[in-house]
Amino acid sequence: MAKHHAFRTDIKGLISLFSQLSGQGYSQIGPLVRDGAIMLGEIQSFDDLAQGYTDEQAQGHYRIKPIPNKGLFQYAVGPQSFKQYLHPPRRKLWSTNGTNQNFTVETGDKPQKMVFWGVRSCDLEAIKILDRVFLEGAFVNKWYQQAREQLLIIAASCPLPSANCFCTSTHTGPKPESGFDLGVHEISGNNGIYYLIETGSQKGEKLIKKLQLQWASAEELESMERMIEKAASSMKKRFEPTEAAELLKKTLEHKYWDEVGNRCLSCANCTMVCPTCFCTSTEDITDITGEHSERWLRWDSCFNGDFSYIQGGKVRGSTPARYRQWMTHKLSYWYHQFGTSGCVGCGRCVTWCPVGIDITEGLEELAR
Amino acid sequence: MNKKKLAVWKFASCDGCQLSILDCEDELLTLAAQIEIAYFPEATKTIIEGPYDISLVEGSVTTPHDAIQILEIRKNSKFLISIGACATSGGIQALRNYVKVSEYIKAVYASPEYIDTLETSTAIADHVKVDYELRGCPINKYQLLEVLSSYLHGKKPTVPDHSVCLECKLNGNPCVAVTRDLPCLGPVTQAGCGALCPHYYRGCFGCYGPKENPNTEALASYLSQNLVDDHTILGLFRNFNAGSPAFSKESKNYEKQ
Repeated sequence: MAKHHAFRTDIKGLISLFSQLSGQGYSQIGPLVRDGAIMLGEIQSFDDLAQGYTDEQAQGHYRIKPIPNKGLFQYAVGPQSFKQYLHPPRRKLWSTNGTNQNFTVETGDKPQKMVFWGVRSCDLEAIKILDRVFLEGAFVNKWYQQAREQLLIIAASCPLPSANCFCTSTHTGPKPESGFDLGVHEISGNNGIYYLIETGSQKGEKLIKKLQLQWASAEELESMERMIEKAASSMKKRFEPTEAAELLKKTLEHKYWDEVGNRCLSCANCTMVCPTCFCTSTEDITDITGEHSERWLRWDSCFNGDFSYIQGGKVRGSTPARYRQWMTHKLSYWYHQFGTSGCVGCGRCVTWCPVGIDITEGLEELAR
Repeated sequence: MNKKKLAVWKFASCDGCQLSILDCEDELLTLAAQIEIAYFPEATKTIIEGPYDISLVEGSVTTPHDAIQILEIRKNSKFLISIGACATSGGIQALRNYVKVSEYIKAVYASPEYIDTLETSTAIADHVKVDYELRGCPINKYQLLEVLSSYLHGKKPTVPDHSVCLECKLNGNPCVAVTRDLPCLGPVTQAGCGALCPHYYRGCFGCYGPKENPNTEALASYLSQNLVDDHTILGLFRNFNAGSPAFSKESKNYEKQ
């Protein structure tokens, strides 16, 4: 077993961390209960955080329910991911006022200074993937860069993965290993819930110092390891990402693409909920006078016809072609483009598909 | 400036889409400053003779008179935009396309001989060339302004043809199909309403008609196997866009044999 150091606290330590961050001008974003789901939103007071809930997920199915355990993290990921704060669904790039001869240009809003609460390991790895997409290479997304530089991440391990989770396959969880400022582990002990906190950055160490917490005991650290092992072994969906990447290269003409194309609605839900899908379109809007124009960035999807429309038509007109594009990019070509798989095993695409298409089952079909 | 002449025409419809023009309120004066409203009986008695630069056509073709009038309007219009579900797919009144109209007339009217109507309710594009179709029941006023402004300024209108699902996700609505098992047409319906119904925990009614590349068969078969009876599925597709080819075809699969 790896040697760990962690601090120990009850919920009061987290509440005082929340107050400390409020005083530092952070906009605090975290999971909350809204419209029958664990959603993400701005946490005005610590009580806003989802507490005492768990979820039930299956293919095309999601429910939350209250449980006796008053923990903060007893559910898996909901439909939204932190992507929406680093790479917003709609963002004004710029606007212009005036005529052709005389006009001014204004850029859109700047990102806020944010803290993310309860980032699960899969979503943490997804942020690392978005970092490679937006920060590496010739074109740096300045808005993302600024949001990212100001960001503070409080990660949380997953005590109860859902039936659609498969982060053990993608080697992205259930324990946050790096890339956070503070890592929180919620342990349901015999005498109630307590939290172990690991630090992952200097920013995190500075914050924790002010809380004046005790070190966790060896026994408590063992409880954490047991919780994580239990969570890991509860995940039943399996595949090996590097094998999947190779398999997909060899199965471009497989009959599965037509089969899944018959079931797929090309509604784009999977790409919207995916924490690593990053595609966008730009939209230009002009008012009736023609003197005010705006350019917006909006999430788009390889499942939309317009997305692959070029002069002469759509590159990918049929649903099988679009599904194949999505899956092969996510699981195979992503390696060539960004060095890793594009999948972090969060299972969102399985849960939020209105007809319950399961990407892991797809891989099994393709291997047949 | 030589202002473009606009005409607004009505066929079989509830007038809701024309009201969307009047609903523009704040933008209406700006619109009137840019465009000459030449024919719009719902708003003004003043009638300026054609030809017209732009015609907005609301409603579906349901009578022999309609079928002739739309040809005249086309001749008199440089750019013709059909607006709303009636004009783009026949509207709710396209339900007549699935029954014997003569029998209904006999049952409803005391003197059926005075009724002169067609057996079907059809879209404007079934009769004349349409330059642009703006969907919705009713249309979205911002999309209408976008289309008019794009026409005036020579750009492609930003009116996406993707699913309602995308709007739900952009707006942060958790899916009502997945969280509540509601039958929802969102995955096969074109966006434009801002995902209004799912925001209020209702399944999508399909007001904007089929999206690009709709897989109605897969959605219907999933609903039939998991959520609702065939009669409910028939009702879903036999609604404001009952006459659209994709919804019409799917609904026929769920008619009682």
